[in-house]
Amino acid sequence: MEAIAALAALTGDEAKAASAAGSAGFAYGLAAIGPGIGIGYLVGKSVEAMARQPEAAGMVRTTMFLGIAFTEALALIGFVVFILIGL
Amino acid sequence: MSNEPANSSMSPMVTRLDGDAPEIQVSLDILKRGGYVAPVIIAVCAVFAGMDGAISALYGIAIVLVNFLFAAGLVAFTARISLGLMMGAVLFGYLVRLGLIFLAVILVRDASWISLTALGLTIIVTHLGLLVWEMRFVAASLAFPGLKPRK
Repeated sequence: MEAIAALAALTGDEAKAASAAGSAGFAYGLAAIGPGIGIGYLVGKSVEAMARQPEAAGMVRTTMFLGIAFTEALALIGFVVFILIGL
Repeated sequence: MSNEPANSSMSPMVTRLDGDAPEIQVSLDILKRGGYVAPVIIAVCAVFAGMDGAISALYGIAIVLVNFLFAAGLVAFTARISLGLMMGAVLFGYLVRLGLIFLAVILVRDASWISLTALGLTIIVTHLGLLVWEMRFVAASLAFPGLKPRK
């Protein structure tokens, strides 16, 4: 309640800056959800493939690692938007 | 065709992968290539944002490379224990690495030498650029394993 009261007391530029920071943090959180789901699905399928066919594990791990890194790039883009707008 | 594993002993929870860790090799390749492209990125940032941009670009490149190494180390270490653990470590490692990157930027956001624009753009460009470069080599290696494509 105190935080809400403090936000309500802000005026002008302070309110605008607080809104920008809050929105940027919210956007960063949203941007991290999609890659999280993607990485979970990717690694789950890779683990399944490695358990079924351990002799192909090297190839699967290589492509899995690159896939994780590519998916993580989406979260990094969200993070960069956050630091450019919110910080 | 059944979706069940052919052998119950090959469950992901007990299967472990010994031997070489390809992610370590991939991340070391990326590290080496990061060393090649770092002077170019730093020079471009120095042109557009001065000395602050150059230092910020260097910091951004370091963040990206450490992130790759940390991710590879986590996968390689946990794959030797269990595939189930590896999956958990990758998912929680994703959160931990995002938190560490956030911390690394928050700690320097008020520093006199920081240029947030240069830092942010460097993180995205370096991450994606190095990945595409590495993927080109890995794709060629997997498609034509006997040809040993040039790096």
